[in-house]
Amino acid sequence: MPTFDLKDVDVRELNQALHDEASAGAEFKIINPNGKHSVAVGAMYSTQIDIEGHVGYYCAGMNQQATVTVHGNAGSGCAENMTSGQVRVKGNASQYCGATAHGGLLVVEGDTAARCGISMKGVDIVIGGSVGNMSAFMAQSGHLVICGDAGEALGDSMYEARIYVGGEVASLGADCIEKPIKSEHEAELKELLGQAGIDAGDISRFRRYGSARKLYNFNIDHAGEY
Amino acid sequence: MCGIVGLFIKNPKMEAELGKYLSLMLAEMTDRGPDSAGAAIYHDPVAVGAAKVTVLSEDPEYRWDALTQELQQAFGQDAAVAVHRDQAVLKIGTNPADAQRWLQDNHPELRINSAGESIEIFKGKGSPIEFIKNFELASYSGSHALGHTRMATESAITTEHSHPFSTGLDLCLVHNGSLSNHNRLREVLRKRGLTFQTDNDSEVAAGYLAWRLHEGDTLDQALQNALRDLDGFYTFAIGSKDGFAVLVDPIGCKPAVMAETEDWAAMSSEFRAIATLPGVDQAKIWEPTPAKIYSWHQE
Repeated sequence: MPTFDLKDVDVRELNQALHDEASAGAEFKIINPNGKHSVAVGAMYSTQIDIEGHVGYYCAGMNQQATVTVHGNAGSGCAENMTSGQVRVKGNASQYCGATAHGGLLVVEGDTAARCGISMKGVDIVIGGSVGNMSAFMAQSGHLVICGDAGEALGDSMYEARIYVGGEVASLGADCIEKPIKSEHEAELKELLGQAGIDAGDISRFRRYGSARKLYNFNIDHAGEY
Repeated sequence: MCGIVGLFIKNPKMEAELGKYLSLMLAEMTDRGPDSAGAAIYHDPVAVGAAKVTVLSEDPEYRWDALTQELQQAFGQDAAVAVHRDQAVLKIGTNPADAQRWLQDNHPELRINSAGESIEIFKGKGSPIEFIKNFELASYSGSHALGHTRMATESAITTEHSHPFSTGLDLCLVHNGSLSNHNRLREVLRKRGLTFQTDNDSEVAAGYLAWRLHEGDTLDQALQNALRDLDGFYTFAIGSKDGFAVLVDPIGCKPAVMAETEDWAAMSSEFRAIATLPGVDQAKIWEPTPAKIYSWHQE
C-alpha cells in the first residue's frame, strides 16, 4: 500500500499519483495531512484512499470513482463537484461540503457548517449529525439526509433535490416546503442510510422537504407583470 | 482574505513558549495574508498604576532616549524604552490613560499602537515571515497573544493599516473580512469624539468597540451591539488583559476554527495553524457557531 507522508511529500505529488491510470485498484494511505488544502483532489480511478488526520479546504474535490475516507475533520469545500465514488468524513466537515457535486455518495459522520450541499446536482449526501444554515441552497437534484438538526433557511431556492431531516429545522428557506413521507420515501431513506452505514435509529421521526416549485416555474397568472 | 491566530496559555509552564507557538501559527497563515502582519502580546505586566505604551515612529533616527527623558520630567517618575526597529515599548510610572494622552498631545508624530499594563502591539508591512524574524516574535513569553496576516482588500498596504488595532487600554482587535458600512460608521464615531489614523474598515470596528466599552458595555455587550451595527463579513478576535474572545458574523462567511487542550486554547482562520501546537492530536476541535461569542479568560 503506497503511503504518502504529507510532512515530506508535496500534495501535488500525491494528487498526480491519483490521476495516474496505474493507480486503479490501489490502496493509498495519507498521513500527517495537518490541515493541508486540496488533499486527494481529482482522483480518477477506483482506489481506496485513507487520510489519517484533519484536512484543509477542498479535500476529495472532483472525485471520480475513488473511495476517500478522512479519519478526522475536513475544512471547507470537501468533495465539491465530485461526480462518482464515495467520500466519508469520520469527524466534522466545514462549510459547503458536497457543493455542486453531480454524483457519488458523501457521508459526514459528524456535523457540518453552513451551506452543506449548496447547488448539489445529483450527489447523495448523508450527515450523521447536524448541518449549518443555508444547507441545500439552490439544490438541483440528489438527496440530502440529515440525521440531526438543520440550521436556518434550509433548502432556500431549491429545485428538485430531496431533503430528509431527523431532527429540528430552524427555518425553511424561500420556496422550500415540507412534503409527506410515503412508503417509497421511507424505502429510499432506508437505502440511503444503509449505503452510508449510518444507524439513525427509528426513521419514523424523519421529515421530508422539497421545492414548492413556485419560484422557478413561469407562472401564467403573473404574465402581465413581465 | 486574511489570516487570524490566537493563543491562550492555560498551563503556566507553557508561558515561556507563547512566542514560539505564536510564530509557528502566524507563519502558517502567510498564504492568507502575505502583505503585512502584526501581533498583540500580553506579557510582563507593569505594576498597577504604571503604563506600557507601544508607539511607532516613521523617523529611523528617532531620538528615543530624548523621549524617555521627557517622559521622566513630565511625570516625575521612572521611564524606560525598549526599541524594536521602528516601534518602541515605553514603560512609564503613571497610569496608561494619562501616558497615552500626554503622548498624543506632545508627540503627534508618533503612532500609538497600544496602551495598557501588559499589551504590546507590533506590526509591519511585508512578509509575515520577515515580521516574525524582525521582531523576534519567537522569543516572547506571556499569557496570551493574537496575530494577523493581511491581504488588503479595502485600503492601502502600510504598517499603520496593519492589524491588530487598539480598542482601548489593554484591548485590541484583529479582523478577517470586510465591512460595508464603515464610512458612515466612521463619521458617526468621529462625531462622538473618536479619532482614526487610517481609512481602514477594521479600524472602524475597533473604534466602534472602543466606543461601546467607553459607554460602559462589557466586552460581551459591545460584541452583541456590534452584531447589530456592523454590516459585513467578519471573524473578529478581541484581546483583553486576561484573555480573548472570538465572534463570527451571523451569515458565517469567514472561516474560524477553535481548539482546546488542558494546556492551551487556540483559534485560527484555518486548522493548519493550530496543527503546529503541541498535543493537538488530543485537542477538542470545533468551528464557532455564527453570531455566538466565545471567550477565554484567566481564572
